[in-house]
Amino acid sequence: MFELLGIPPQALFGQLLIGLINGSFYALLSLGLTVIFGLLNIINFCHGALYMMGAFVAWLALQHFGLGYWAALFIAPVVVGAFGIVLERTMLRRLYKLDHLYGLLLTFGIALIVEGVFRNEFGASGLPYVIPDSLTGARNLGFMVLPNYRAWVIALSLFVCLATWYVIERTKLGAYLRAATENPTLVQAFGINVPRMITLTYGFGVGLAALAGVLAAPIYQVSPLMGSNLIIVVFAVVVIGGMGSIMGSIVTGFLLGLIEGLTKVFYPEASATVIFVILALVLLWRPQGLFGRRS
Amino acid sequence: MAEPARREQVDAGPARTREIAPEAKGKVMLAVSGLEAWYGESHILHGVDFEVRRGEVVTLLGRNGAGKTTTLKSIMGIVGQRQGSVAFEGTQTIALPSNRIARLGLAFCPEERGIFASLNVEENLILPPVVGAGGMSIETIFTLFPNLKERLSSQGTKLSGGEQQMLAIGRILRTGARLLLLDEPTEGLAPVIIQQIGATIRRLKAEGFTILLVEQNFRFAASLADRHYVMERGRVVDRYESAELARNMDKLHEYLGV
Repeated sequence: MFELLGIPPQALFGQLLIGLINGSFYALLSLGLTVIFGLLNIINFCHGALYMMGAFVAWLALQHFGLGYWAALFIAPVVVGAFGIVLERTMLRRLYKLDHLYGLLLTFGIALIVEGVFRNEFGASGLPYVIPDSLTGARNLGFMVLPNYRAWVIALSLFVCLATWYVIERTKLGAYLRAATENPTLVQAFGINVPRMITLTYGFGVGLAALAGVLAAPIYQVSPLMGSNLIIVVFAVVVIGGMGSIMGSIVTGFLLGLIEGLTKVFYPEASATVIFVILALVLLWRPQGLFGRRS
Repeated sequence: MAEPARREQVDAGPARTREIAPEAKGKVMLAVSGLEAWYGESHILHGVDFEVRRGEVVTLLGRNGAGKTTTLKSIMGIVGQRQGSVAFEGTQTIALPSNRIARLGLAFCPEERGIFASLNVEENLILPPVVGAGGMSIETIFTLFPNLKERLSSQGTKLSGGEQQMLAIGRILRTGARLLLLDEPTEGLAPVIIQQIGATIRRLKAEGFTILLVEQNFRFAASLADRHYVMERGRVVDRYESAELARNMDKLHEYLGV
């Protein structure tokens, strides 16, 4: 068995896999945050709570309606997306012309309320959610053992991220979205219903968070705090990638997941802080983020 | 009121290729009366009155800050708050959101051109949705502005100022809108480009487009328009048919401070 810098390959690839899994969630969440910030000018602090809601919708659908994982992959984004649309229509809409701070405060408050309600209802300890039968098991790749479910998470999130990138950067619908991000007034004066587009974009962004929640349910436990544990790192990812770049948020998400995994192998003490060290360095060297445009 | 006979004299140009019924031509297309507008706390328009008839080119003249741009924006519904009456083809638009107003068949070309940096030239060109039948084909737009054809995959804001202006005008010709609101299309452009834009506006008029033009460049406006309205401090203070211009140059110079 060969070793790399004194590290057994199983450990190295194992941590890289965990890094990719974490990266999948970072990418899905930071993608939604970026799209929402671009069009709504809102830093969506309740993104983690909505991710948690996605996992709970999957859990509740199974417990109360017998609807399994595959159904949950569709139901959770739709239910949480609809909840997001109600939030946007009733509250966020009033804040677009104000300073970022108001949106941040409101969504932070929403996060506290949502998490509080779930904690009150389900307790703080995690609830288990089993991997669907068709995705159990693992395959031996020779250099490592790859659990099927983890491969599925990475593949699906990569697919969803790239599909989102394609729609935004390469289609007519995406052109409307990019144009409205730059100059919503003019786009509306061309005859496009920009307020409706904003509502649907928010619904889509939080739907991505809910999808990530369903993907996460069998890996982590379903818990009211699963979102707040993750969201701080995700915000660091968004800032490192540069607010507003779609591909930037995807690449940075996966990359930082991998870096985190590698750090666990080579210098475990720093694994919890490495992303924030990178954040500080990036802010010093390139304040607009790795992929951000200088404004 | 502009009696049709005189107008026919003025715009006796190339044959009209658009499907405007003869009896419809010359009917009031846009009637603005008592229009007031605000940006936040500041009251910009204090009761603007004028009208544009089908097939006409009408200009709003006036010094900086007279309210010309705000008038165009108020017609499109993109100011903070507006009051009064803006009727387009008989439809009252004062309470409509701007996307509904655009769908009635108006299109706006803003002073700053509003080319999108995150879209390439082609995406910019096809961005505005079609709001009516009879819009120009892309090929026809390329015959007006051949430069655009060679720059289709360039980023929108990498174009020169003149090309950006052509793109800003070109993209609203596709939509089938019948009334074009052009805000200072010659601003900051070289004389040869200004000539090209002037020729384009003449051609659009010949094709039956109706145009409301805001211009600082008086000589440019005088050569194109059927009628001129002079604005001062948020009101229309005077109007001249194109034939009356020569007789009133002194007064106009006074208004415009040239």
